Amino acid sequence: MSLPLVVLLPFLGALAAPLFAQGGRTAIAIAASVPALIALAALYPHWQTLADGGVVLHSYPWLPQLGLSFSFRLDGLSLLFALLILLIGLLIILYARYYLKPQENVGKFYALLLCFKGSMLGIVLSSNLLLMMIFWELTSLTSFLLISFWTHKQDARRGARMALAVTGGGGLALLAGILIIGNIVGSFELDAVLAAGDQIKAHSLYPVALTLVLLGAFTKSAQFPFHFWLPHAMQAPTPVSAYLHSATMVKAGIFLMARLYPALAGTEQWFYMVSFTGMATLLIGAYVAMFKHDLKGLLAHSTVSHLGLITLLFGMGTQLAAVAAVFHVINHAIFKASLFMAAGIIDHETGTRDMRRINGLWRYMPHTATLAMVAASSMAGVPLLNGFLSKEMFFAESLQLNLPGIWAWLPPLVATLAGIFAVAYSARFIHDVFFNGKPVDLPIYPPHEPPRYMKIPVEILVFACIMVGVFPALSVGPLLYAAASATLGGEVPEYHLAILHGFNLPLFMSFAAFFGGLLMYSQRQRFFDFHARFREIDEKAVFEATVSRIASLATRFTGHIENGSLQRYAGLLVISVLAVAIAPLMNLGVFVGESGLSPVDWPTLIGIGILILCALATAALHRERFYALVLLSVVGLMVALGFARFSAPDLAMTQLSVEVVTIVLLMLALFYMPSWTPIESSTTRRLRDIAIALAAGAGMTVVTLAMLTQPFASISEFFLANSKPGGGGTNVVNVILVDFRGFDTLGEITVLAIAALGIYAMLKETALTPPPGDGLGHRWTRDAYPLMLRQIARPMLPLALMVSAYIFLRGHNLPGGGFIAGLITAVALILQYIASGMIWTQDRVPFRYHNMVGLGLLFATIAGVGSYAFGYPFLTSTFDYISWPIVGKFEVASALVFDLGVYLTVIGATLLALVSIGRLSPHSAIKSKKEGA
Amino acid sequence: MELAFALAIGALTASGVYLLLRARTFPVVVGLTLLSYGVNLFLFSSGRLVSGGQPIIGSTAAYSDPLPQALVLTAIVIGFAMTAFVVVLALRNLADNDDDHVDGRQSGTDSKLDSAEEVTGK
Repeated sequence: MSLPLVVLLPFLGALAAPLFAQGGRTAIAIAASVPALIALAALYPHWQTLADGGVVLHSYPWLPQLGLSFSFRLDGLSLLFALLILLIGLLIILYARYYLKPQENVGKFYALLLCFKGSMLGIVLSSNLLLMMIFWELTSLTSFLLISFWTHKQDARRGARMALAVTGGGGLALLAGILIIGNIVGSFELDAVLAAGDQIKAHSLYPVALTLVLLGAFTKSAQFPFHFWLPHAMQAPTPVSAYLHSATMVKAGIFLMARLYPALAGTEQWFYMVSFTGMATLLIGAYVAMFKHDLKGLLAHSTVSHLGLITLLFGMGTQLAAVAAVFHVINHAIFKASLFMAAGIIDHETGTRDMRRINGLWRYMPHTATLAMVAASSMAGVPLLNGFLSKEMFFAESLQLNLPGIWAWLPPLVATLAGIFAVAYSARFIHDVFFNGKPVDLPIYPPHEPPRYMKIPVEILVFACIMVGVFPALSVGPLLYAAASATLGGEVPEYHLAILHGFNLPLFMSFAAFFGGLLMYSQRQRFFDFHARFREIDEKAVFEATVSRIASLATRFTGHIENGSLQRYAGLLVISVLAVAIAPLMNLGVFVGESGLSPVDWPTLIGIGILILCALATAALHRERFYALVLLSVVGLMVALGFARFSAPDLAMTQLSVEVVTIVLLMLALFYMPSWTPIESSTTRRLRDIAIALAAGAGMTVVTLAMLTQPFASISEFFLANSKPGGGGTNVVNVILVDFRGFDTLGEITVLAIAALGIYAMLKETALTPPPGDGLGHRWTRDAYPLMLRQIARPMLPLALMVSAYIFLRGHNLPGGGFIAGLITAVALILQYIASGMIWTQDRVPFRYHNMVGLGLLFATIAGVGSYAFGYPFLTSTFDYISWPIVGKFEVASALVFDLGVYLTVIGATLLALVSIGRLSPHSAIKSKKEGA
Repeated sequence: MELAFALAIGALTASGVYLLLRARTFPVVVGLTLLSYGVNLFLFSSGRLVSGGQPIIGSTAAYSDPLPQALVLTAIVIGFAMTAFVVVLALRNLADNDDDHVDGRQSGTDSKLDSAEEVTGK
């Protein structure tokens, strides 16, 4: 349990910490430290296992179908990173306590910082690649929020956006890479992936997977050419830079390379991609760092360069290089975090970070100056400090690379050159800031030492620099061994941690770098002049321009497609369906399958002929809306007959009653609308539409024909076999509706209810005045409710209700059921509205249709929930036979209650819709009131 | 028989699609109705064309496939609900814009005041 706890605690802390913001900065800093302290205590008992090369695994299933599990793994490598995250995190919390001003939103800051810490711990402790991916993306998001913490600064917002775009984009690539790897291995669990290294490397997709994973790692760890986001992220508050951009976030990519080292490394592709990227990054970062006047800009570029160094070491592919890489991860985190903190102190105390103005601070803050100078020396690689040790290993490894011919000189040369640059910019950091004359109009003058406790984190880190530098084997030896062993999959090469390895070539390279760098710094003006000749590319401007160009392209594209014309949308929709379907349809042709055609009979053929004719006539005569409507009703009736002809009595009955309601509805709507559609489209356009329509029709014909003549197997055997014994009814269609697929039906009547309520809501406040006549010069008749119709309609109602009750009750066994009975009742009621008017009918129907809809849904749901009471799943039905005198023995199924719900919903929804439309015209309401009175 | 049935579906689809592409609301509603007839018939026919095989247990020797029938039954009812909804949408459009064009008021006559009224629903 302890590993998930370590990861989740910071998130809990993020929820709790802001509550302490009221208590001031000290209170919240203490509260924010708690998760890390508990985590350290939780990790401590595992140390012995890990030191022996063991692994601690805690796994819980999450979504096993996706291969995603909530599993965590602790080994030497993840322990090293977890310790960096936790320990430096603690120092950052203390440092931020003094860095932030009391009026700033401290609660938000600490909450975000803890979220970030949790995500970071998640990355290093996840044992499932998908789980790691989730935390990976979380770090991108939280770092975005942290970088843009000062939301009022435009630069901060832009820098944050750039960081998010680059690392987020890389995250997508990484996800794709991980999915490929998971696919190759068959599992996303780290154990399986690490064990399947040979299988992955032999796979044909290995280069793709490797490239994608490395894209993720390179963007996150600011490798060339994605390094540009890191310097711009320096707009973040300094504690954020010190934490994210020295020890944690940018190390996530490095961690990924180390983690997947056994699975992916050791091939040519790995060697060339990783080592050359690392080399380019190392050199470019170090070179640019020299020319930055911004203190944090210098550190950011130096970070880029050191990340390149670590990447290069991993790229070399030898085991010793991997050890050196892990070692440098530790050393860089320590000295760079302390340097960022020192830079923050200077910024805090002088009000600027411009090295052209900050000079001679030695006189004002000797204590801070001493600390910063030690850390900067470590960055330069001065002996007796930790930076020297790993750099020495790096120089040694660069000599071991067996590149062909003259290329063998390249790595040591690049290494030495980068070393020279590093010494030069470190010298600048020391000399330009603390010496070199007097400060030039500082915003805060005179600067003085920061609060005592603000220096403690720096002191601790600088002390670590010296400890590691002087007693490497004693201080980090065991941890480094455990981490390297985990990285290399257990095979650790012979290596020796010592201050001095004798007078050899690497030592000479160190000296060359040291003196070369000092020389370079002393001649810096020449280099500055040289550098000033090149126009510097402002990555932010380029980035912003690219973003806005893409955005405007997208806007233009969207505007082109989405121009507000429904006609165009509908056209595009149909055309794109055709475009997708056209090739397969062409291949299909007029295809008649194995079953062949069945013989025709004349009555059916005539019916189908009428249907086709009326359908085409509806389209052809659509301008005359009334005619179109009459033709449409014929089509509907033919469809109903077609259902009856082809063995679907339930459908025929449903279609028949729906047809009546639909036509009444459309008639009602037509009452308010113009009765004539004007010609608006050009002839070409109409011809084009006809072509589209014919193509669609032809496509459907071909598909239908092909389908109908194919033999098929259906799952319906089950329904047919179980309808009677399982559902207690012989009408299989109805049993499917109320029993087998009852849940579907419940959803469907819910849709019905929502549509009806939507109609009611849309028309509630709307009034429409109907035109005075039918548009052809005829006025409406004055006899609104013809006597004959009224006289016939009234006795129809009880008869129709009786029929519907009969249809409803027999529905389980014979054609009928809730849907059909509901529609029949609705038609009967609508007839009353038509014959006698709104007011008259409304007076005699004493309930609101809203309630009816609700009641119907309630019944259906109760019928479903009721089965829980008997210990059955939702919507389980039961049935029994009872006998009544006269009626005799009959069957009662609990599904009847459900069907009653369907019945009520259908009546309510249908009438609610029609009555809402009928009520639209104030004119007719008044008139009907008069009539009714 | 299958060919005639397929042609019927094709005719329904063609008429429906043509009306769907018209500029006024009423033809579009009619077109949608035709299209839904076509779709319902198509779905229904996935159980193949069977004569005299109503799926009532005990009424006949061989049964037609009841599953597409059950699906189409609810589709008919929901199709009606959707038609009603679209009709009402058209009526509301008519009430708000004094015009039954599918795109709402023509862009030429649009003004800021009117669109503000539209938002508040008049």
